[in-house]
Amino acid sequence: MSLTFTLDGKTIPFVDGETIIQAAGKAGVFIPHLCYHPEFKPHGSCKLCTVKVNGRHTASCTMRAMPGMVVESDTEEINAERRALTQMLFVEGNHFCPSCEKSGNCQLQATAYHLGMMSPHYDHFFPNRPVDATHPDVLLDFNRCILCSLCVRASRDVDGKNVFALSGRGIKTHLIVNAKSGKLGDTNFALADKAAQVCPVGVILKKRQGFAVPIGERKYDKAPISEAVTEGK
Amino acid sequence: MALNTMHAEAVAGVVDRVVSRYRRDPANMVQILREIQESCDWISPEAIDRLQSTLGVPRTKIEGVAGFYSFFYTEPRGKYRVLFSDNITDRMLGNRALMERLCNNLWVERGKVSEDGLVSVGKTACTGMCDQGPALLVNNTAIAGLTAERIDEIAELIRNKQPLSEWPAAFFKVEDNIRRADILLNADFKPGEALLAGRARAPDEGLMASNMRSWREGLPSGMGGPIAVLDEIKRAGLRGRGGAGFTTGLKWEACRNAQLKSGYQRIVVCNADEGEPGTFKDRVLLSSYADLVFEGMTVAAYAVGATKGFIYLRGEYRYLLDHLNAVLIRRRRENLLGENILGIPGADFDIEIHVGAGAYVCGEESALIESLEGKRGTPRNRPPFPVTNGYLDQPTIVNNVETFAAAAIIALKGGDWYAGIGTKHSAGTKLLSVSGDCERPGIYEYPFGVSIRQVLADCGAQDTQAVQVSGPSGICVAEAEFDRIIGFEDIPTAGAFTIFNKSRDMFEVARNYVHFFQHESCGFCTPCRVGTSLLKNLMDKLHYGAGSPYDFSEIEKLNQLLQSMSHCGLGHTACNPVLDTIAKFRPAYEKRMNQKDFTPAFDLDRALSAARQMTGRDDPNAHLSTEHGGAA
Repeated sequence: MSLTFTLDGKTIPFVDGETIIQAAGKAGVFIPHLCYHPEFKPHGSCKLCTVKVNGRHTASCTMRAMPGMVVESDTEEINAERRALTQMLFVEGNHFCPSCEKSGNCQLQATAYHLGMMSPHYDHFFPNRPVDATHPDVLLDFNRCILCSLCVRASRDVDGKNVFALSGRGIKTHLIVNAKSGKLGDTNFALADKAAQVCPVGVILKKRQGFAVPIGERKYDKAPISEAVTEGK
Repeated sequence: MALNTMHAEAVAGVVDRVVSRYRRDPANMVQILREIQESCDWISPEAIDRLQSTLGVPRTKIEGVAGFYSFFYTEPRGKYRVLFSDNITDRMLGNRALMERLCNNLWVERGKVSEDGLVSVGKTACTGMCDQGPALLVNNTAIAGLTAERIDEIAELIRNKQPLSEWPAAFFKVEDNIRRADILLNADFKPGEALLAGRARAPDEGLMASNMRSWREGLPSGMGGPIAVLDEIKRAGLRGRGGAGFTTGLKWEACRNAQLKSGYQRIVVCNADEGEPGTFKDRVLLSSYADLVFEGMTVAAYAVGATKGFIYLRGEYRYLLDHLNAVLIRRRRENLLGENILGIPGADFDIEIHVGAGAYVCGEESALIESLEGKRGTPRNRPPFPVTNGYLDQPTIVNNVETFAAAAIIALKGGDWYAGIGTKHSAGTKLLSVSGDCERPGIYEYPFGVSIRQVLADCGAQDTQAVQVSGPSGICVAEAEFDRIIGFEDIPTAGAFTIFNKSRDMFEVARNYVHFFQHESCGFCTPCRVGTSLLKNLMDKLHYGAGSPYDFSEIEKLNQLLQSMSHCGLGHTACNPVLDTIAKFRPAYEKRMNQKDFTPAFDLDRALSAARQMTGRDDPNAHLSTEHGGAA
């Protein structure tokens, strides 16, 4: 007997142990997310993927699917909440899309478009976050960090290097690198690392290569994130 | 900086000593960092170097943990690190003026380290001394009942570089202030009695089952031994005293029935991270009723079949550590801990104390477990719950200090007796930590069902405007509601009972609480990390006179978002003090709604205050006239 739950009225099959977002992804239903990545253990921190399960809010990347669950996701109410979270991420850091190398390929930007975010709404925090250009091949621009911890997980779980971690607390939470100097150039980080590939925004950037793809042909120019993610991940 | 510079070899020596005492186990990271700092005054890059090599964990992990806790310093903070408790009750007792006085005395700027590297003066969240404030911590040791005179004496001792161990003992005296005692605080109890009484309360001696067998098979109700103890707790209707009120018997039973993987054991954790501003009952229980608390933990361990116990003691109560360890040593000597406790076969249990380091969020049980494991205190994703996957993935119960004390009493005197006290849904008694505007602040133990009005009368409160029950995350009760009662069916509480008379500005009370939540948010989830900061900014905006009805609706929207999207209770409750005071003390807010239409929070003249301070100018020409608010 196959297991199913309903998502916005649609029947979604799943296998035991799958989370809601995993099952939804397989069925071709997009749930917005930033810290979730199908190849890594879910973190559950950005809260963009929050859905209502039997009327209660919960993160769909950490909640396991159960038979008969009634899940709401693509509703006016939940999308408004997701939009507010996206706005919070925009004002928390320094995000200037027009001058960002990741523009057009950025999940935060694409998610903001998907959710119809028209302005940052809240007052900007304008934090002071110096960049780190010490590594020969990679630039770190912390201004854009959304603390999703994907690089932390990739470096720890795939590369076995622990190059990145989160330190600080609350609004002062920030990304650190594994060196006494605190500089990436003094770590064993390499461009080929998995951690160099997973940043959903424009923090971890390949040096000497920017704006390589013309506007109109970038990833999310071709298709909105809702299609890009469900099809090819 | 000379004072903060230790030779690298000396630092390495300290690190090695501490690490080997903690069995080279990275799960003890928080304890290791605490002890290193106690010896070296801060956690230097050299100390982290050495830790990295001796513990074999990456630097990122050590720095990540050190960076999370308020009381860990990865930059020098002086030989003497003074932190003033900044709860609203401390403010009402004039802590700000005292802090100013100390800073002036020592020629040090608030929040900075003195130029000679001797001292820093800052503020911290409530230190649990609200009944005898204002209070401060110096190198994490509490000093209560501050006066201007005492501040001058402290300044003198610091200037003379007198070691803390040589300061007058009277400075460190902390009173219990027990004003009303009932079944718990009056309990006639000898160590060991409760466990024996609970075990003996079996219907038939012949059915006594040893723990070894029964926890695996979940014997039917009515059996002797552990099951009899569990039955008694259930019969008593005991509910958790940390505020949420989960049924203790159910929690224990779930842990007892959880599958145990090979090599694993069950764990009992006592949550003594009493961080809710305004609460201090656990301080008193641990100071003067430690045996009762430890006995309750032992009873719990026997009932669930646990063999290891922890007390997670908040960093602010570090001064209790030696006393608690002495009690544990005595209990081991008397065979009240260890193997075959009091000759009961299979009753093996011991307790270890972990000290926190300034993080309110670690009072949340899964964050507490993370911290016990030597990690950042971030609440876990649930399910799974601690009863099945807790400390190092083992079945774990986490209960409040008072819950364990109550469990000991129940084991001693029986569940039916206990259930007969209090109300139908709230059995037993509750300790209230009464502070604020009243004649007799302190600990009051009442049977559940007592009215707010009764407590106010007993503690000598007059002209009361409001009571904040259960701290900032609880509920603000206005005069019209003083006949409501303390109990899970009406006003549940973890124990804080903070009184405000009619001279107090309830907006400023709420603003103090909002600042607290912003400071204590762990930063894991977006809504709480950013939302508490946005909320703080909005309250400050109102405070500075730039508030409009627009900001009101923003506060309400933020609240909704925090409640629905946050990861844990901290975010869910961060807006409570604001919403409660808006609903009940609206004039305090309306007074501040100086603007009819939206006005930016940014105020150029206020932004220039740093420049004025630097140049030492405050004449009219150093100010700009603005459309609103004006000078800070």
